[in-house]
Amino acid sequence: MAILLLIALDASDAVPLAAFAKSYGKPFDILCFLGEGPAGLGAERVLAANLDAPPPADALANGLKGLCEGYAVVAGAASMFGKDYLPRLAAALDRPMVSDVTEVHDANTFTRPMYAGNFLARVQVDSERFVVSVRTTAFSEPDREGLSAVEAISLPFDGPTRRVSVSESGGGRPDLTQARVVVSGGRPIRDAETFEKLIGGLADLLGGAAGATRAVVDNGIAPNELQVGQTGKVVAPDLYIAAGISGSTQHVAGMKDSKVIVAINTDPAAPIFEFADYGLVQDLHTAIPEMMDKLRS
Amino acid sequence: MRILVPLKRVPDPYARIRLNADGSDIETTGLKFEINPFDEIAVEEAVRIKERATCEIVVVSIGKPVCEEQLRKALAIGADRALLVETDAAFDSLGIAKVLNGVMDREKPDMVIMGKQAIDDDNNQVGQMLAAIRGLPQATFASEVALSGNSVSVTRETDTGQETLEMPLPAIITTDLRLNEPRYIALPGIIKARNKPLDRISLADLGVDPECRVRVTELRQPPPRKAGRKVDSVDELIAALRDEARVIR
Repeated sequence: MAILLLIALDASDAVPLAAFAKSYGKPFDILCFLGEGPAGLGAERVLAANLDAPPPADALANGLKGLCEGYAVVAGAASMFGKDYLPRLAAALDRPMVSDVTEVHDANTFTRPMYAGNFLARVQVDSERFVVSVRTTAFSEPDREGLSAVEAISLPFDGPTRRVSVSESGGGRPDLTQARVVVSGGRPIRDAETFEKLIGGLADLLGGAAGATRAVVDNGIAPNELQVGQTGKVVAPDLYIAAGISGSTQHVAGMKDSKVIVAINTDPAAPIFEFADYGLVQDLHTAIPEMMDKLRS
Repeated sequence: MRILVPLKRVPDPYARIRLNADGSDIETTGLKFEINPFDEIAVEEAVRIKERATCEIVVVSIGKPVCEEQLRKALAIGADRALLVETDAAFDSLGIAKVLNGVMDREKPDMVIMGKQAIDDDNNQVGQMLAAIRGLPQATFASEVALSGNSVSVTRETDTGQETLEMPLPAIITTDLRLNEPRYIALPGIIKARNKPLDRISLADLGVDPECRVRVTELRQPPPRKAGRKVDSVDELIAALRDEARVIR
C-alpha cells in the first residue's frame, strides 16, 4: 500500500509532485481536485474528487483529514493554494510540516530554502508521519510509466467559511510557474499600459508569461498574481528576462534557478548583472520595442 | 472586541546575513533585529481597526527577553499591551501554534491577525496551524479586511488573482504585502509605549510543552551563479539567445 499521498489541484500540478515522489522512492497515490486525474504517472491509485473549485481551507482540511490519516506522508505543491490549506491539514492531523522542499535526502531529511533563498537548510523531521509542500520548479519531469485506474472519490468538505467572490485577471498567457519563458518588469515601468505593451507584448512574442517585481505590484501597475519573489511566485523557466529589475534579494529568491537569465537595466552596477547570463545596459523602454521589432521580422 | 497579534523577532530584512563558523546557524553578532515585516503589517491593521471601533490589541511574542524590543515597538505603533512567552527553547511551527493556542485560551481574542510568513525561516505555516488547532476559520494572504458585526470579510491573494471570503468570528487572518503600509512611529508613541503593560509569562503558565519535530541540521550557501557577459546591443542579445543559449527561435 502507498505510504505517500500526493494532493494535486489538477493534472498538470500532479506532474512535478510525481517527480518528487520518484526522488522520495516510495509508492504513491494521487488525489486530484479538478478534472479527470492524471492516469499515466505511475501512481498506485488515482482518486479524482471532480470538484468545480476547491472549497476554502477550513472545509478542505476537514474533508481531507480522514483520507490522509491512512498515509504516512502527505505532499502537495507549494503554490499559494497549497500554502493555504496544507499547514492547516498538517495541524488537523497533529503532524509536523516541511515547507518548500527542493531536494530529498532520505525518508525524513530534505533541503529547503530559508532567508529568501540566501541559504539552503537541511531539515530533519523527527516523525514518521508528516506533511510536505513541494517547490515544484525543483522537480523536473517524472518517468511516465504505469497506467493507473482513476477512481472517483467523494470527500466530506464542510466548513464555516463562504467564498463570496473570485476575481481573476487571466489574460490568456501561460501560467507563470509553468511557462518556458518569463519576461518580468521592474520599477521604471510607470503605468499598466506600458507594462502590458512592453512586458506583456514581449512575453507574447516569446510564448511566455509576464512577471513583475514587488514594487510594480505595490504600485498597482501589475496584478498581485504576477509577483515573482520570496513572498510571491517562484519560477525557473528556460529563459527569464528581467527588464528594469535591479536584483533585490526578495526578487532574486523567486527567479535565480532560471536556466538563462537576461538583465536589461540602465544601471551598469545593478546587482542583477552579477549573475545574469546576458546583460544589456540599456533602457527597457527602447530595448524592448527594438527587441520586439527584430523578433517579429 | 480583542485582537491578538503574534509577532516574531527576525533579522533586519535589509541586513546582509552570514553563516556562523560551523554552518549550524546564522551569525547574529552585530545583526540588527526587527519585527517580522508581515507581523508589522498585522499590528498596523489591528491599529487601523481600533481607530474605527472599540477594541483592545494584545501583541505576543515567544522567545528570549530581547523580544521585548519588538513588543515595545508594537506598543509604540498602537497596541495596548504585550505578552512575552519567555523561553530559550526552539520550536517548529506546530509547536509555536500550540503555544499560541495556550495564549488564546488565556486571552480569548475575537480575531488573530499575524504575518503570513516569517522572513527568516519562510515557513508560512503558523496561522493556518493555529486555525486548525482551534477549529476556527482562516483567511491567509489578506489584502483587505472588513469587519461587520460578528463576521469578517477578507479579500485574499491567490495564485490566479484574488478572492473574497466571509467567515464568522473568531477567525485567524494572515497578512500579505498589500494589506497596508505600516506607519512611521512618532516619538510620542515611543514614549507612551514605555508605560504600557508588558507581562512575561512562561510555558508552564500556559500549560503547554510542545515538542520540536522539525530541525534544521545544517545551513549552507547555495552554489553561486556565475556572472555571464554584457552584450552591447539588442542584435547581439538576440543572436546570443538564438545561437548560444538556444532558448529562442
